[in-house]
Amino acid sequence: MQELKYPYDPDYILRKKKAIKRQLLEREGVNYITKKIAILGGSTTNDIKLILELFLLDYGIKPEFFESEYNKYYEDALFGNEELDEFKPDICFIHTTSRNILTYPDVNMSKAQVDALARDTYQRFEGCWTALFKRYSCTIIQNNFEMPYFRLLGNSDCSDIHGRLNFINRLNGMFASFAESNESFFINDINYISAEYGIKKWADPSDWYRYKYALSVSAIPDLAFNLARIIKAIYGRNKKAFALDMDNTLWGGIVGDDGPENIKIGHEDAESELYTEFQQYIKAHKDLGILLTVASKNDEENALAGLARPDSTLTKEDFLVIKANWDNKDRNIMQTAKELNIGADSFVFVDDNPAERALVLNQIPGISVPEVGEPESYIGILDRSGFFEVTNLSGDDLKRGEMYKANIERAKSSMSFDNYDDYLRSLEMHAEIKPFSPMYMSRIAELTNKSNQFNLTTRRCSQAEIESIAEDPKFITRYGKLEDKFGDNGVVAVTFGHEEDSPEGRIFHIDLWLMSCRVLKRGMECAMMDEIIAECKKRGISKIKGYYYPTAKNKMVKDFYKQQGFELLREDGRENTEWGLDLEKPCESGNIAITVN
Amino acid sequence: MTREEVYGKLNEVFQDVFDDEDIEVNDGTTSADVDGWDSLEHINLIVAVERTFGIKFTMGETTGLKNVGEMVDKIIAHLG
Repeated sequence: MQELKYPYDPDYILRKKKAIKRQLLEREGVNYITKKIAILGGSTTNDIKLILELFLLDYGIKPEFFESEYNKYYEDALFGNEELDEFKPDICFIHTTSRNILTYPDVNMSKAQVDALARDTYQRFEGCWTALFKRYSCTIIQNNFEMPYFRLLGNSDCSDIHGRLNFINRLNGMFASFAESNESFFINDINYISAEYGIKKWADPSDWYRYKYALSVSAIPDLAFNLARIIKAIYGRNKKAFALDMDNTLWGGIVGDDGPENIKIGHEDAESELYTEFQQYIKAHKDLGILLTVASKNDEENALAGLARPDSTLTKEDFLVIKANWDNKDRNIMQTAKELNIGADSFVFVDDNPAERALVLNQIPGISVPEVGEPESYIGILDRSGFFEVTNLSGDDLKRGEMYKANIERAKSSMSFDNYDDYLRSLEMHAEIKPFSPMYMSRIAELTNKSNQFNLTTRRCSQAEIESIAEDPKFITRYGKLEDKFGDNGVVAVTFGHEEDSPEGRIFHIDLWLMSCRVLKRGMECAMMDEIIAECKKRGISKIKGYYYPTAKNKMVKDFYKQQGFELLREDGRENTEWGLDLEKPCESGNIAITVN
Repeated sequence: MTREEVYGKLNEVFQDVFDDEDIEVNDGTTSADVDGWDSLEHINLIVAVERTFGIKFTMGETTGLKNVGEMVDKIIAHLG
């Protein structure tokens, strides 16, 4: 919903929150995931919950909430309570602030005393996190501390160990270290967002004393939005690609009219430097695994001439796809999406022209089209929108651009073969198919939350769940990593299921089976099935059962089990199907071109 | 701004905050008369009123309000 996109109007959201919620829920065809979020507060949290709900619904996440009693975050985290135990949170958000620091240093303390106080204060929090991890295997999001709105020691408040500011910065450093070594733990950086909002306005003591809100009520949308960014990123709802306009977006001026020598880029004047900084900002996204593409109304020759300038930061090679032609941009973006095999809704379209923005926004459901404003505000708006919020940087993210480039190469080379099998053999594919291992837990969890198309049951899992399944001997788990002569695709297939002893013998139920669309039609699913069958036989299992639950996006795997030689056992009125494979009969491998392990 | 004009704007605020287009408030209206006007929603109401009229109540002003009439008195005093 456009009202919830940055830059939103916080007062409008606060005032209209009930109507906004109603409108969000009235939208049709939204493919929601449901998540249980426990808010453990050190101050009032009611409106934080209500506004967070709006942003999450907008991201396609339907939250259920547990809210601790006023300032009972510590007790609930450390000792739990019946209601929370029954609730089984997916995420615990600990909303604490500088108001929850019980004791600050005073100037009479020795250095040793201040050190001990910092340690004790920190440990009180770490105790909460450890207890929550242990009891709920949940993801934890923890506020760090905002800066105080007064400085007793003046400028020394930041440098003297007795200063509140010094103390807060120190604690924030300790929180960050914990986050660094715990993949299911995230910092909600209120230290940054309060500074951006204005510390003085953020603090608003009257809202604290009247309502026990530890921040100004008007700042709640900023807090909630920041939090929603993290949550949607955890559940794989980040955007994947940029579709960028060129003229007056990547450089100043119109390359076709002005000539490449006259566009504004480089370092010659203020405007050129501004566009250069923007190009640098865009280029830095490549390393985060964000795909760069162009959607420009231009003759291709002119577009490339703009990028070929020696002082252009972005070059032709930075882009996976360049569409510079006179077709409508929505068509070009749809085409690019198809070539890259990603959804058109995973693009962020950046264009200085409001008419182009309106067209693309109307034609492509779910695409993000920020109101970027003037060139000097491009970075601020894109950055604050949080399209690509980083949660866990995996090695795969860093290589993603290369992988897609290799895919485009593969597509080109497939055209030169008459026989598809010959093409597959020419790829020299090698797969690693093994039980879930610690190195890949975050990627596996990410795939369960991101994959929509080649996904039989669309079961979403947190990393903590994946880890507990991996340890359970009742489960068989396998990830598949695929490499070929063009490059490494990384982990692209995931499956797990559980054993059951029944009167008909030992049965294996496939709870989850998914594959990334970047390796469609390569036979990877057959190689995975071989490994599952082999493991089942080893465990004395006589039958495998597979399930298909239809969603708006997974039609492509409707007949997956049939293709794998399973028999249809049951179908209900809603096209949910159940399939069986008898392991006592011989089964044939569909894998022809992949060597395994 | 006249008292009538203040009420015109104030009714819109009430309608938005309580998501009910039929709300009409007057001097005698109290929290008991409006569905959903509890202490938590009171916070949103005050914030929305402040924003709408471009004023900022002092802390003391918002805690002891008896009815909408008193709120309107305070708004008019702030608008001066």
